[in-house]
Amino acid sequence: MSEQAKTGQRPADVYFFATCVVDQFFPGAGLDAITLLERAGIRVHFPEEQTCCGQPAYTSGFPDEARKVAAQQLTLFPNDWPVIVPSGSCAGMMKHHYPTLFANDPARKAQAEALSARIHEFTDFLVNVLGWQPEDKGGECTVVLHTSCSARREMGVHLTGRKLLGDLAHVTVAQQDHESECCGFGGTFSIKQPEISGAMVEDKVKSLKATGAERVVSADCGCLMNILGHAAWKDRQEGRAQPSLPGEHIASFLLRRTEERSGK
Amino acid sequence: MNAQPIHFKPSEGFRGRAKAVVDNPFLRQSFRGAMDFLMTKRAAQFPDAEELDSLRTLGEHIRQYNLGKLPDLLVQLEENLARNGIHVHWAETPDEANAIILGICQKHSAKLMVKGKSMVSEEIELNHAAEAAGIGALESDMGEYIVQLAGEKPSHIIMPAIHKTKEEIATLFHEKVPGVDYTDNVDALIQIGRRVLRQKFLEADIGLSGVNFAVAETGTLCLVENEGNGRMCTTAPPVHVAITGIEKIVEKLEHVPPLLSLLTRSATGQNISTYFNMISGPRKPHEKDGPQEVHLVLLDNGRSQAYADDQLRKTLQCIRCGACMNHCPVYTRIGGHAYGTTYPGPIGKIISPHMLGLEATATMATASSLCGACGEVCPVRIPIPELLMRLREESFSAPHENPAMRGQGAGYKPWVTAIWRGWAAVYRSPSLYRLATWLGSRFAWLMPSNQGPWTTVRVPLKPAPKRLRDMLKERG
Ligand code: SF4
Repeated sequence: MSEQAKTGQRPADVYFFATCVVDQFFPGAGLDAITLLERAGIRVHFPEEQTCCGQPAYTSGFPDEARKVAAQQLTLFPNDWPVIVPSGSCAGMMKHHYPTLFANDPARKAQAEALSARIHEFTDFLVNVLGWQPEDKGGECTVVLHTSCSARREMGVHLTGRKLLGDLAHVTVAQQDHESECCGFGGTFSIKQPEISGAMVEDKVKSLKATGAERVVSADCGCLMNILGHAAWKDRQEGRAQPSLPGEHIASFLLRRTEERSGK
Repeated sequence: MNAQPIHFKPSEGFRGRAKAVVDNPFLRQSFRGAMDFLMTKRAAQFPDAEELDSLRTLGEHIRQYNLGKLPDLLVQLEENLARNGIHVHWAETPDEANAIILGICQKHSAKLMVKGKSMVSEEIELNHAAEAAGIGALESDMGEYIVQLAGEKPSHIIMPAIHKTKEEIATLFHEKVPGVDYTDNVDALIQIGRRVLRQKFLEADIGLSGVNFAVAETGTLCLVENEGNGRMCTTAPPVHVAITGIEKIVEKLEHVPPLLSLLTRSATGQNISTYFNMISGPRKPHEKDGPQEVHLVLLDNGRSQAYADDQLRKTLQCIRCGACMNHCPVYTRIGGHAYGTTYPGPIGKIISPHMLGLEATATMATASSLCGACGEVCPVRIPIPELLMRLREESFSAPHENPAMRGQGAGYKPWVTAIWRGWAAVYRSPSLYRLATWLGSRFAWLMPSNQGPWTTVRVPLKPAPKRLRDMLKERG
């Protein structure tokens, strides 16, 4: 448990950095995460000027371009409030890679370091800062959790995700084989090496389905785009009208489970 | 810096080779099984996460400490080896290394060289050079022996024949070893190999080996192995030639035990290897066995290029345990041969560009999702994903003066750089970003259903009809 959670110091205000993927492709997940935070009694501020953390260029070997985009984000969070990011890999970028990215720019490096300390991945914030206990109002349901690699290895998000799901009284969390293995997304990797990436997502979807879980949840929309995209493609190939592996961001799942008269 | 001519570009045809394995369910299954086995064995060796953590930190520190003093240590090593009666040779390129080794062979009119497992000898393609010079080179490590019989190259740095099933090995022995009937009994196969090799150890004029750690202060060469063939190679023939890269050096004997323990536990999940040899010179007058002459060839082959750059230098921390490949989801899908380099897997991706130049290896660094499994298990904490990003940058940036790497800019394509510049121009400007994403959400229906490589196994990507910022505004 973090110092704040122990001492019961709950921040009254937080910033929300949605990430470009959530803003454009999974807006519902962003809205659900914000709603959940607000229901926990926190004022959520969404800086209008936000765009992207810069990770796509950074991991593709274009650090100069990443730096330009990252520099824009550095200025968005003037107050000393936590910055909540609903994606483990983008949170990891801002927390761990911004300081390196600006290593040769002392002023920005200092800003990046100050920001880094305030970055929280969404589930990490719920568990380790708020000590949030979900009250499960849904029926019996089995889900499987996928954690993105950088979220797992840089941020320990698999633990907080598991904890939150474990706290839901009527939810069983299934265990897939090769749980810690990458889904094969990797940003531009999926485009540059489609054969290998395709084999990886194929195996990942098989493992997830083999658990018999009703749905997959994840705290990373990049992985969801890949996993759900392949599962839907397979459904099309095999002529299924209903998705064989539905999935969503963990924020959406948690919100629905803790709302009155909730379904699954 | 070496200027080895490029005769083979592993980058070329990589995707095709990878696809061939990915499309073969049998190979997919067999690599998966083998890697699962190795991962389980390693995990059993490190039940205590904290102990592992501190051991890895120790391993990292030892390697960095020694690399920090590398030039001095090399001088010290040479002096102490010479004092122990071991001849030291320096080779900048594979060709030079081969010339040195063949020179030693010729001086002794050698006809047969028997080899212990040595990836550096694979790196310089010694077998090839020896055969061209009319000298037989026989692999004596069981895995290497199998690979040599099959006319192939190792597909893994620790388990050279991991891509072969026992049935394939049975057929190979039956066809290639005179007088052997087909058997797929593993023990029987090992006995067949041993019988053949035992005779050769006695006939050989030269024994060749690699080196796992060269100790500068004592002038000792340490060799880790499981089959005893390494000990045979380094003691039975009259001349022992060891070859290693210049980075495999430690200053003190006390640096060896922690690295050895990390090596065997990470590599094969063994507490300790069956054999651990410490070679400190040729046979002394009163001794009954051991070689009469011992040589060490120290190979650069691009290592000094990695050394010259603080970040790239971390590549040289490697102790060649192979754990990064065992845990790599890409290696698990495509196996070692697809890489086309002597060293496959994550370590291969970060070390090969120094050996072969980025011209030959530019696209290899893209064959990673940067999942970080390699960096997480590396016993000496090499930040492999970080190095892969660096290699991408070196390869895709426009060629410039005084590059840190040979072949810098080899993957440079002006239009790709232009795309990223355009991307940055949009994403650094809130108003352009808002415009672009608004257009995206409005005209999502215009998104093509064929989105190139993405849609080969996925449904097309489509922006949501409303962005999060729109939803927040509507909500008020
Ligand atoms: S890079 Fe690390 S994990 Fe890979 S072989 Fe070298 S020491 Fe082992």
